[in-house]
Amino acid sequence: MSEHPHETGTVRVKRGLAEMLKGGVIMDVVDATQARIAEDAGACAVMALERVPSDIRRDGGVARASDPEMIEGIKEAVTIPVMAKARIGHFVEAQMLQALGVDYIDESEVLTPADEAHHIDKWAFTVPFVCGATNLGEALRRISEGACMIRSKGEAGTGNIVEAVRHLRSILGDIRKITQADTAEQFDWAKRLQAPLGLVQEIHATATLPVPMFCAGGIATPADAALVMQLGAQAVFVGSGIFKSEQPALMAKAIVEATTHFADADILVKVSRGLGRSMPGLEMGGLETRLADRGW
Amino acid sequence: MTVGVLALQGAFALHQRILESLGVATTQVRAPRELAGIDAVVIPGGESSTMSMLLERGELWEPLAERLADGMPAFGTCAGAILLGREILDGRDDQRCLAAIDVAVRRNGYGRQVDSFEEPLAVAGLDRAVNGVFIRAPVIEAVGSGVEVLSSLDVGSGSAQPVLCRERTILVSTFHPELSGDARLHEMFLESI
Repeated sequence: MSEHPHETGTVRVKRGLAEMLKGGVIMDVVDATQARIAEDAGACAVMALERVPSDIRRDGGVARASDPEMIEGIKEAVTIPVMAKARIGHFVEAQMLQALGVDYIDESEVLTPADEAHHIDKWAFTVPFVCGATNLGEALRRISEGACMIRSKGEAGTGNIVEAVRHLRSILGDIRKITQADTAEQFDWAKRLQAPLGLVQEIHATATLPVPMFCAGGIATPADAALVMQLGAQAVFVGSGIFKSEQPALMAKAIVEATTHFADADILVKVSRGLGRSMPGLEMGGLETRLADRGW
Repeated sequence: MTVGVLALQGAFALHQRILESLGVATTQVRAPRELAGIDAVVIPGGESSTMSMLLERGELWEPLAERLADGMPAFGTCAGAILLGREILDGRDDQRCLAAIDVAVRRNGYGRQVDSFEEPLAVAGLDRAVNGVFIRAPVIEAVGSGVEVLSSLDVGSGSAQPVLCRERTILVSTFHPELSGDARLHEMFLESI
Protein backbone atom coordinates (compact mmCIF):
# COMPACT_ATOMS: atom_id res chain seq x y z
CA MET A 1 0.00 0.00 0.00
CA SER A 2 1.43 3.39 -0.95
CA GLU A 3 1.71 6.23 1.50
CA HIS A 4 -1.04 8.24 -0.24
CA PRO A 5 -3.41 5.61 -1.52
CA HIS A 6 -6.39 7.93 -2.07
CA GLU A 7 -6.29 8.82 -5.79
CA THR A 8 -8.76 10.96 -7.74
CA GLY A 9 -8.97 11.47 -11.50
CA THR A 10 -7.50 8.09 -12.44
CA VAL A 11 -8.33 6.53 -15.80
CA ARG A 12 -10.33 3.83 -14.01
CA VAL A 13 -12.37 6.39 -12.08
CA LYS A 14 -12.95 8.51 -15.20
CA ARG A 15 -13.91 5.64 -17.49
CA GLY A 16 -15.81 4.11 -14.58
CA LEU A 17 -18.50 6.80 -14.57
CA ALA A 18 -19.10 6.12 -18.27
CA GLU A 19 -19.56 2.43 -17.41
CA MET A 20 -22.24 3.45 -14.90
CA LEU A 21 -24.15 5.42 -17.56
CA LYS A 22 -24.44 2.44 -19.93
CA GLY A 23 -27.94 1.45 -20.93
CA GLY A 24 -29.14 4.92 -20.05
CA VAL A 25 -30.27 8.18 -21.67
CA ILE A 26 -28.39 11.46 -21.29
CA MET A 27 -30.70 14.37 -22.06
CA ASP A 28 -29.91 17.92 -23.20
CA VAL A 29 -31.53 20.47 -20.87
CA VAL A 30 -31.41 24.28 -20.90
CA ASP A 31 -32.73 25.05 -17.41
CA ALA A 32 -33.59 23.55 -14.02
CA THR A 33 -37.21 22.85 -15.01
CA GLN A 34 -36.15 20.75 -17.98
CA ALA A 35 -33.50 19.04 -15.84
CA ARG A 36 -36.22 17.95 -13.38
CA ILE A 37 -38.41 16.66 -16.20
CA ALA A 38 -35.42 14.67 -17.49
CA GLU A 39 -34.65 13.21 -14.08
CA ASP A 40 -38.32 12.41 -13.45
CA ALA A 41 -38.38 10.53 -16.74
CA GLY A 42 -35.41 8.38 -15.72
CA ALA A 43 -32.48 10.09 -17.46
CA CYS A 44 -29.18 8.72 -16.13
CA ALA A 45 -27.54 12.15 -16.62
CA VAL A 46 -28.30 15.56 -18.09
CA MET A 47 -26.27 17.75 -20.44
CA ALA A 48 -26.53 21.40 -19.48
CA LEU A 49 -26.40 23.79 -22.43
CA GLU A 50 -27.87 27.16 -23.32
CA ARG A 51 -29.66 26.15 -26.49
CA VAL A 52 -30.48 22.70 -27.80
CA PRO A 53 -28.70 21.90 -31.09
CA SER A 54 -31.72 22.58 -33.32
CA ASP A 55 -31.89 26.14 -31.92
CA ILE A 56 -28.13 26.61 -32.34
CA ARG A 57 -28.54 25.50 -35.95
CA ARG A 58 -31.47 27.89 -36.49
CA ASP A 59 -29.93 30.91 -34.73
CA GLY A 60 -26.42 30.65 -36.18
CA GLY A 61 -23.60 32.74 -34.70
CA VAL A 62 -20.92 31.49 -32.32
CA ALA A 63 -22.07 28.90 -29.77
CA ARG A 64 -20.04 28.85 -26.55
CA ALA A 65 -19.96 27.11 -23.14
CA SER A 66 -22.94 27.92 -20.93
CA ASP A 67 -23.29 30.57 -18.23
CA PRO A 68 -21.92 29.21 -14.91
CA GLU A 69 -25.08 30.34 -13.14
CA MET A 70 -27.25 28.26 -15.43
CA ILE A 71 -25.04 25.19 -14.89
CA GLU A 72 -25.15 25.70 -11.12
CA GLY A 73 -28.94 25.95 -11.23
CA ILE A 74 -29.14 22.62 -13.02
CA LYS A 75 -26.64 20.99 -10.63
CA GLU A 76 -28.82 22.03 -7.71
CA ALA A 77 -32.01 20.81 -9.36
CA VAL A 78 -31.06 17.14 -9.86
CA THR A 79 -29.31 14.23 -8.11
CA ILE A 80 -28.05 12.57 -11.33
CA PRO A 81 -24.72 13.49 -12.99
CA VAL A 82 -24.55 16.81 -14.82
CA MET A 83 -22.48 17.17 -17.98
CA ALA A 84 -21.68 20.37 -19.86
CA LYS A 85 -20.14 21.27 -23.21
CA ALA A 86 -16.89 23.05 -23.99
CA ARG A 87 -15.84 24.16 -27.47
CA ILE A 88 -13.37 21.93 -29.32
CA GLY A 89 -9.88 23.03 -28.23
CA HIS A 90 -11.17 25.55 -25.67
CA PHE A 91 -9.28 24.27 -22.64
CA VAL A 92 -10.14 27.34 -20.57
CA GLU A 93 -13.87 26.67 -20.89
CA ALA A 94 -13.01 23.12 -19.78
CA GLN A 95 -11.00 24.38 -16.79
CA MET A 96 -13.99 26.48 -15.77
CA LEU A 97 -16.41 23.57 -16.12
CA GLN A 98 -14.12 21.44 -13.95
CA ALA A 99 -14.00 24.23 -11.36
CA LEU A 100 -17.82 24.31 -11.44
CA GLY A 101 -17.86 20.62 -10.51
CA VAL A 102 -19.62 19.23 -13.56
CA ASP A 103 -19.38 15.43 -13.71
CA TYR A 104 -18.42 15.06 -17.39
CA ILE A 105 -17.27 17.52 -20.06
CA ASP A 106 -18.38 17.10 -23.66
CA GLU A 107 -15.78 18.59 -26.00
CA SER A 108 -18.46 19.15 -28.56
CA GLU A 109 -18.81 19.93 -32.24
CA VAL A 110 -22.25 21.35 -31.45
CA LEU A 111 -20.46 24.46 -30.14
CA THR A 112 -18.30 26.55 -32.47
CA PRO A 113 -14.71 25.21 -32.45
CA ALA A 114 -12.07 27.36 -30.76
CA ASP A 115 -9.07 25.63 -32.37
CA GLU A 116 -8.91 24.34 -35.93
CA ALA A 117 -6.03 21.92 -35.33
CA HIS A 118 -5.97 20.84 -31.70
CA HIS A 119 -8.38 19.22 -29.34
CA ILE A 120 -8.07 19.69 -25.57
CA ASP A 121 -5.34 17.68 -23.78
CA LYS A 122 -7.83 15.79 -21.68
CA TRP A 123 -5.17 13.96 -19.65
CA ALA A 124 -4.54 17.25 -17.84
CA PHE A 125 -7.97 17.14 -16.16
CA THR A 126 -9.48 15.35 -13.16
CA VAL A 127 -12.97 15.51 -14.68
CA PRO A 128 -13.57 13.00 -17.48
CA PHE A 129 -14.34 13.97 -21.09
CA VAL A 130 -16.62 12.60 -23.78
CA CYS A 131 -15.88 13.41 -27.42
CA GLY A 132 -17.73 12.84 -30.66
CA ALA A 133 -16.46 10.73 -33.55
CA THR A 134 -17.67 9.98 -37.06
CA ASN A 135 -15.24 7.12 -37.65
CA LEU A 136 -12.83 4.88 -35.75
CA GLY A 137 -9.74 6.98 -36.48
CA GLU A 138 -11.36 10.04 -34.95
CA ALA A 139 -12.48 7.98 -31.94
CA LEU A 140 -8.96 6.65 -31.35
CA ARG A 141 -7.38 10.09 -31.69
CA ARG A 142 -9.79 11.40 -29.06
CA ILE A 143 -9.00 8.44 -26.78
CA SER A 144 -5.27 9.08 -27.23
CA GLU A 145 -5.92 12.66 -26.09
CA GLY A 146 -7.59 11.31 -22.95
CA ALA A 147 -11.31 11.01 -23.79
CA CYS A 148 -12.96 8.46 -21.47
CA MET A 149 -16.15 8.02 -23.48
CA ILE A 150 -16.86 8.25 -27.21
CA ARG A 151 -20.20 9.16 -28.72
CA SER A 152 -20.86 8.72 -32.40
CA LYS A 153 -21.66 12.24 -33.64
CA GLY A 154 -24.62 11.79 -35.92
CA GLU A 155 -25.90 15.18 -37.05
CA ALA A 156 -27.12 17.10 -34.01
CA GLY A 157 -30.32 19.13 -34.17
CA THR A 158 -31.76 17.40 -37.23
CA GLY A 159 -34.01 14.74 -35.73
CA ASN A 160 -32.67 12.56 -38.55
CA ILE A 161 -31.04 9.30 -37.49
CA VAL A 162 -29.28 8.58 -40.79
CA GLU A 163 -25.91 10.08 -39.84
CA ALA A 164 -25.86 8.41 -36.43
CA VAL A 165 -26.39 5.08 -38.15
CA ARG A 166 -23.64 5.82 -40.65
CA HIS A 167 -21.15 6.75 -37.92
CA LEU A 168 -22.01 3.81 -35.67
CA ARG A 169 -21.76 1.35 -38.55
CA SER A 170 -18.45 2.83 -39.62
CA ILE A 171 -16.89 2.67 -36.13
CA LEU A 172 -18.27 -0.73 -35.12
CA GLY A 173 -17.68 -2.21 -38.58
CA ASP A 174 -14.01 -1.23 -38.51
CA ILE A 175 -13.68 -2.68 -34.99
CA ARG A 176 -15.02 -5.98 -36.31
CA LYS A 177 -12.51 -5.88 -39.19
CA ILE A 178 -9.54 -5.08 -36.92
CA THR A 179 -10.50 -8.00 -34.70
CA GLN A 180 -9.80 -10.22 -37.74
CA ALA A 181 -6.67 -8.40 -38.91
CA ASP A 182 -3.27 -10.12 -38.69
CA THR A 183 -0.28 -8.35 -37.15
CA ALA A 184 0.96 -6.86 -40.43
CA GLU A 185 -2.50 -5.55 -41.25
CA GLN A 186 -2.76 -3.85 -37.86
CA PHE A 187 0.15 -1.54 -38.82
CA ASP A 188 -1.74 -0.61 -41.96
CA TRP A 189 -4.93 0.02 -39.97
CA ALA A 190 -3.06 2.39 -37.68
CA LYS A 191 -1.69 4.24 -40.70
CA ARG A 192 -5.04 4.46 -42.48
CA LEU A 193 -6.92 5.52 -39.36
CA GLN A 194 -4.19 8.01 -38.40
CA ALA A 195 -4.40 6.50 -34.93
CA PRO A 196 -1.91 5.09 -32.42
CA LEU A 197 -0.83 1.51 -33.17
CA GLY A 198 -1.18 0.54 -29.52
CA LEU A 199 -4.91 1.35 -29.55
CA VAL A 200 -5.38 -0.63 -32.80
CA GLN A 201 -3.65 -3.61 -31.17
CA GLU A 202 -5.83 -3.22 -28.08
CA ILE A 203 -8.96 -3.35 -30.25
CA HIS A 204 -7.62 -6.46 -31.97
CA ALA A 205 -7.13 -8.12 -28.58
CA THR A 206 -10.42 -7.06 -26.95
CA ALA A 207 -12.81 -6.66 -29.94
CA THR A 208 -14.08 -3.42 -28.44
CA LEU A 209 -13.12 0.23 -27.93
CA PRO A 210 -11.10 0.80 -24.75
CA VAL A 211 -13.81 3.22 -23.52
CA PRO A 212 -17.62 3.09 -23.60
CA MET A 213 -19.22 3.94 -26.92
CA PHE A 214 -22.48 5.90 -26.84
CA CYS A 215 -24.58 7.38 -29.65
CA ALA A 216 -25.71 10.97 -30.24
CA GLY A 217 -27.12 13.18 -32.96
CA GLY A 218 -30.55 12.74 -34.49
CA ILE A 219 -32.40 10.49 -32.03
CA ALA A 220 -36.03 11.66 -32.08
CA THR A 221 -38.18 8.62 -31.21
CA PRO A 222 -38.06 5.53 -28.97
CA ALA A 223 -37.53 3.49 -32.13
CA ASP A 224 -34.45 5.57 -33.01
CA ALA A 225 -32.97 4.88 -29.57
CA ALA A 226 -33.65 1.16 -29.86
CA LEU A 227 -32.18 1.11 -33.38
CA VAL A 228 -28.82 2.51 -32.31
CA MET A 229 -28.76 0.26 -29.23
CA GLN A 230 -29.36 -2.79 -31.42
CA LEU A 231 -26.58 -1.62 -33.73
CA GLY A 232 -24.20 -1.66 -30.76
CA ALA A 233 -24.34 1.71 -28.99
CA GLN A 234 -24.09 1.31 -25.20
CA ALA A 235 -26.22 4.34 -24.25
CA VAL A 236 -27.79 7.33 -25.99
CA PHE A 237 -27.60 11.11 -25.89
CA VAL A 238 -30.83 12.86 -26.84
CA GLY A 239 -30.65 16.56 -27.60
CA SER A 240 -33.45 18.38 -29.35
CA GLY A 241 -35.46 15.13 -29.64
CA ILE A 242 -37.05 15.53 -26.25
CA PHE A 243 -37.71 19.20 -25.60
CA LYS A 244 -38.61 19.94 -29.25
CA SER A 245 -41.25 17.22 -29.24
CA GLU A 246 -44.90 17.96 -28.50
CA GLN A 247 -44.93 16.24 -25.09
CA PRO A 248 -41.39 16.23 -23.69
CA ALA A 249 -42.15 14.39 -20.43
CA LEU A 250 -43.87 11.53 -22.26
CA MET A 251 -41.23 11.37 -24.98
CA ALA A 252 -38.43 11.36 -22.41
CA LYS A 253 -39.97 8.45 -20.46
CA ALA A 254 -40.62 6.50 -23.63
CA ILE A 255 -37.04 6.92 -24.86
CA VAL A 256 -35.69 5.80 -21.46
CA GLU A 257 -37.80 2.64 -21.58
CA ALA A 258 -36.92 2.00 -25.22
CA THR A 259 -33.20 2.27 -24.44
CA THR A 260 -33.50 -0.33 -21.65
CA HIS A 261 -35.81 -2.68 -23.54
CA PHE A 262 -34.21 -2.05 -26.94
CA ALA A 263 -34.61 -5.62 -28.15
CA ASP A 264 -38.23 -6.11 -27.04
CA ALA A 265 -40.56 -5.06 -29.87
CA ASP A 266 -43.69 -5.47 -27.71
CA ILE A 267 -42.40 -2.97 -25.16
CA LEU A 268 -41.28 -0.63 -27.95
CA VAL A 269 -44.80 -0.66 -29.38
CA LYS A 270 -46.30 -0.05 -25.95
CA VAL A 271 -44.08 2.93 -25.08
CA SER A 272 -44.42 4.50 -28.54
CA ARG A 273 -48.22 4.86 -28.39
CA GLY A 274 -49.75 8.32 -28.05
CA LEU A 275 -46.58 10.37 -27.72
CA GLY A 276 -47.80 13.21 -29.94
CA ARG A 277 -45.56 14.82 -32.55
CA SER A 278 -41.82 14.13 -32.55
CA MET A 279 -39.48 17.03 -33.23
CA PRO A 280 -39.60 18.28 -36.84
CA GLY A 281 -36.79 16.67 -38.81
CA LEU A 282 -34.36 17.97 -41.42
CA GLU A 283 -32.99 16.32 -44.56
CA MET A 284 -29.19 16.19 -44.75
CA GLY A 285 -29.19 17.70 -48.26
CA GLY A 286 -30.74 20.95 -47.02
CA LEU A 287 -28.21 21.65 -44.25
CA GLU A 288 -26.01 24.73 -44.43
CA THR A 289 -23.66 23.50 -41.71
CA ARG A 290 -22.60 19.95 -41.03
CA LEU A 291 -21.67 19.94 -37.34
CA ALA A 292 -20.16 16.45 -37.64
CA ASP A 293 -17.41 17.84 -39.91
CA ARG A 294 -16.03 19.77 -36.95
CA GLY A 295 -13.22 17.85 -35.20
CA TRP A 296 -9.82 16.71 -36.48
CA MET B 1 -27.14 -22.29 -10.47
CA THR B 2 -27.95 -19.16 -12.49
CA VAL B 3 -27.23 -15.65 -11.29
CA GLY B 4 -29.49 -12.95 -12.69
CA VAL B 5 -27.92 -9.56 -13.32
CA LEU B 6 -30.40 -6.68 -13.23
CA ALA B 7 -29.85 -5.11 -16.66
CA LEU B 8 -32.13 -2.06 -16.63
CA GLN B 9 -29.22 0.39 -16.68
CA GLY B 10 -25.61 0.57 -15.52
CA ALA B 11 -22.54 -1.67 -15.42
CA PHE B 12 -24.38 -4.99 -15.68
CA ALA B 13 -22.17 -6.41 -18.44
CA LEU B 14 -19.03 -6.11 -16.30
CA HIS B 15 -20.67 -8.13 -13.51
CA GLN B 16 -21.69 -10.78 -16.01
CA ARG B 17 -18.14 -11.00 -17.30
CA ILE B 18 -16.72 -11.54 -13.81
CA LEU B 19 -19.37 -14.12 -12.87
CA GLU B 20 -18.79 -15.99 -16.11
CA SER B 21 -15.02 -15.97 -15.49
CA LEU B 22 -15.88 -17.89 -12.31
CA GLY B 23 -17.80 -20.47 -14.34
CA VAL B 24 -21.24 -19.27 -13.21
CA ALA B 25 -24.20 -19.13 -15.60
CA THR B 26 -25.72 -15.65 -15.80
CA THR B 27 -28.76 -14.08 -17.37
CA GLN B 28 -29.85 -10.49 -17.81
CA VAL B 29 -33.02 -9.50 -15.98
CA ARG B 30 -35.21 -6.75 -17.46
CA ALA B 31 -38.70 -8.25 -17.24
CA PRO B 32 -40.63 -10.03 -14.45
CA ARG B 33 -40.63 -13.35 -16.34
CA GLU B 34 -36.81 -13.33 -16.29
CA LEU B 35 -36.79 -13.61 -12.49
CA ALA B 36 -38.25 -17.11 -12.65
CA GLY B 37 -35.10 -19.01 -13.55
CA ILE B 38 -32.59 -17.28 -11.29
CA ASP B 39 -31.16 -18.40 -7.95
CA ALA B 40 -29.47 -15.13 -6.96
CA VAL B 41 -29.36 -11.57 -8.24
CA VAL B 42 -26.71 -8.91 -8.76
CA ILE B 43 -27.80 -5.27 -8.81
CA PRO B 44 -25.06 -3.30 -10.56
CA GLY B 45 -23.79 0.25 -10.30
CA GLY B 46 -25.59 2.87 -12.35
CA GLU B 47 -28.07 5.57 -11.42
CA SER B 48 -30.27 4.34 -8.57
CA SER B 49 -33.06 6.81 -9.43
CA THR B 50 -33.16 5.55 -13.04
CA MET B 51 -33.14 1.92 -11.97
CA SER B 52 -35.83 2.36 -9.36
CA MET B 53 -38.10 4.07 -11.89
CA LEU B 54 -37.53 1.35 -14.46
CA LEU B 55 -38.19 -1.31 -11.82
CA GLU B 56 -41.56 0.26 -11.12
CA ARG B 57 -42.56 0.98 -14.71
CA GLY B 58 -41.59 -2.52 -15.81
CA GLU B 59 -43.67 -4.01 -12.97
CA LEU B 60 -40.51 -5.66 -11.73
CA TRP B 61 -40.39 -4.03 -8.30
CA GLU B 62 -42.95 -6.20 -6.50
CA PRO B 63 -41.82 -9.58 -7.87
CA LEU B 64 -38.17 -8.73 -7.12
CA ALA B 65 -39.04 -7.57 -3.60
CA GLU B 66 -40.99 -10.80 -3.06
CA ARG B 67 -38.08 -12.97 -4.21
CA LEU B 68 -35.76 -11.07 -1.87
CA ALA B 69 -38.24 -11.44 1.00
CA ASP B 70 -38.28 -15.19 0.28
CA GLY B 71 -34.52 -15.23 0.84
CA MET B 72 -33.03 -14.94 -2.64
CA PRO B 73 -29.34 -13.98 -2.23
CA ALA B 74 -28.30 -10.62 -3.68
CA PHE B 75 -25.12 -8.64 -4.29
CA GLY B 76 -25.48 -4.89 -4.85
CA THR B 77 -22.70 -2.51 -5.81
CA CYS B 78 -23.03 1.28 -5.43
CA ALA B 79 -26.51 2.00 -6.82
CA GLY B 80 -27.28 -1.65 -6.08
CA ALA B 81 -26.40 -1.06 -2.43
CA ILE B 82 -28.74 1.94 -2.34
CA LEU B 83 -31.59 -0.14 -3.80
CA LEU B 84 -31.02 -3.11 -1.46
CA GLY B 85 -30.77 -0.96 1.67
CA ARG B 86 -33.45 -0.13 4.23
CA GLU B 87 -33.29 3.65 3.97
CA ILE B 88 -32.11 6.20 1.38
CA LEU B 89 -30.76 9.58 2.50
CA ASP B 90 -30.48 12.50 0.03
CA GLY B 91 -32.43 10.58 -2.59
CA ARG B 92 -35.35 11.75 -4.65
CA ASP B 93 -38.59 12.07 -2.68
CA ASP B 94 -40.22 9.29 -4.67
CA GLN B 95 -37.24 6.96 -4.53
CA ARG B 96 -37.89 3.60 -2.84
CA CYS B 97 -35.62 0.85 -1.63
CA LEU B 98 -36.03 -2.90 -1.36
CA ALA B 99 -35.07 -3.16 2.34
CA ALA B 100 -33.23 -6.46 1.92
CA ILE B 101 -30.35 -5.40 4.21
CA ASP B 102 -30.49 -3.22 7.30
CA VAL B 103 -28.32 -0.30 6.19
CA ALA B 104 -29.09 3.40 5.66
CA VAL B 105 -27.33 4.76 2.57
CA ARG B 106 -26.66 8.37 1.57
CA ARG B 107 -26.50 9.06 -2.17
CA ASN B 108 -23.38 10.78 -3.57
CA GLY B 109 -21.91 10.88 -0.08
CA TYR B 110 -18.37 11.75 -1.20
CA GLY B 111 -19.23 14.58 -3.59
CA ARG B 112 -19.24 14.86 -7.36
CA GLN B 113 -17.26 13.02 -10.04
CA VAL B 114 -14.09 15.09 -9.49
CA ASP B 115 -14.08 13.64 -5.95
CA SER B 116 -14.44 10.03 -7.17
CA PHE B 117 -11.41 7.99 -6.11
CA GLU B 118 -9.55 4.70 -5.83
CA GLU B 119 -8.16 3.42 -2.56
CA PRO B 120 -6.95 -0.01 -1.40
CA LEU B 121 -9.23 -1.66 1.16
CA ALA B 122 -8.60 -4.39 3.69
CA VAL B 123 -11.46 -6.91 3.58
CA ALA B 124 -12.26 -9.40 6.34
CA GLY B 125 -11.41 -12.89 5.14
CA LEU B 126 -9.16 -11.80 2.25
CA ASP B 127 -5.38 -11.77 2.62
CA ARG B 128 -4.66 -9.10 0.01
CA ALA B 129 -6.28 -5.68 -0.25
CA VAL B 130 -9.12 -5.04 -2.72
CA ASN B 131 -8.89 -1.99 -4.97
CA GLY B 132 -11.85 0.15 -3.91
CA VAL B 133 -13.11 2.17 -6.89
CA PHE B 134 -15.59 4.77 -5.63
CA ILE B 135 -17.58 6.58 -8.36
CA ARG B 136 -19.93 9.30 -7.03
CA ALA B 137 -20.28 6.72 -4.33
CA PRO B 138 -22.91 6.48 -1.61
CA VAL B 139 -22.01 6.38 2.09
CA ILE B 140 -23.40 3.78 4.47
CA GLU B 141 -24.45 5.96 7.40
CA ALA B 142 -25.96 3.33 9.70
CA VAL B 143 -25.97 -0.45 9.97
CA GLY B 144 -28.37 -2.66 11.90
CA SER B 145 -27.26 -5.10 14.59
CA GLY B 146 -27.48 -8.10 12.25
CA VAL B 147 -25.13 -6.59 9.67
CA GLU B 148 -21.46 -7.60 9.44
CA VAL B 149 -19.13 -4.84 8.29
CA LEU B 150 -16.50 -6.60 6.15
CA SER B 151 -14.55 -3.52 5.08
CA SER B 152 -14.37 0.12 6.10
CA LEU B 153 -12.82 3.22 4.64
CA ASP B 154 -10.59 5.28 6.87
CA VAL B 155 -11.91 8.84 6.57
CA GLY B 156 -9.41 10.43 8.92
CA SER B 157 -9.49 11.60 12.54
CA GLY B 158 -10.01 8.05 13.74
CA SER B 159 -13.34 7.48 12.01
CA ALA B 160 -14.21 4.89 9.40
CA GLN B 161 -17.19 4.32 7.13
CA PRO B 162 -18.52 0.85 6.25
CA VAL B 163 -18.05 0.12 2.54
CA LEU B 164 -18.74 -3.63 2.36
CA CYS B 165 -21.54 -5.14 4.43
CA ARG B 166 -23.30 -8.48 4.67
CA GLU B 167 -26.50 -9.63 6.31
CA ARG B 168 -27.37 -13.31 5.80
CA THR B 169 -26.96 -13.75 2.01
CA ILE B 170 -27.24 -10.07 1.06
CA LEU B 171 -23.89 -8.44 0.25
CA VAL B 172 -23.50 -4.75 -0.58
CA SER B 173 -20.51 -2.59 -1.47
CA THR B 174 -20.43 1.14 -2.05
CA PHE B 175 -17.49 0.67 -4.44
CA HIS B 176 -17.17 -1.16 -7.75
CA PRO B 177 -15.30 -4.49 -7.70
CA GLU B 178 -16.53 -5.00 -11.27
CA LEU B 179 -14.35 -2.09 -12.44
CA SER B 180 -11.16 -3.65 -11.07
CA GLY B 181 -11.67 -7.04 -12.71
CA ASP B 182 -11.13 -8.57 -9.25
CA ALA B 183 -13.39 -11.61 -8.81
CA ARG B 184 -12.82 -12.17 -5.10
CA LEU B 185 -15.89 -10.35 -3.83
CA HIS B 186 -18.08 -12.17 -6.33
CA GLU B 187 -16.51 -15.41 -5.08
CA MET B 188 -17.26 -14.35 -1.52
CA PHE B 189 -20.88 -13.73 -2.53
CA LEU B 190 -21.18 -17.09 -4.29
CA GLU B 191 -19.64 -18.94 -1.33
CA SER B 192 -22.20 -17.42 1.03
CA ILE B 193 -25.18 -18.87 -0.86
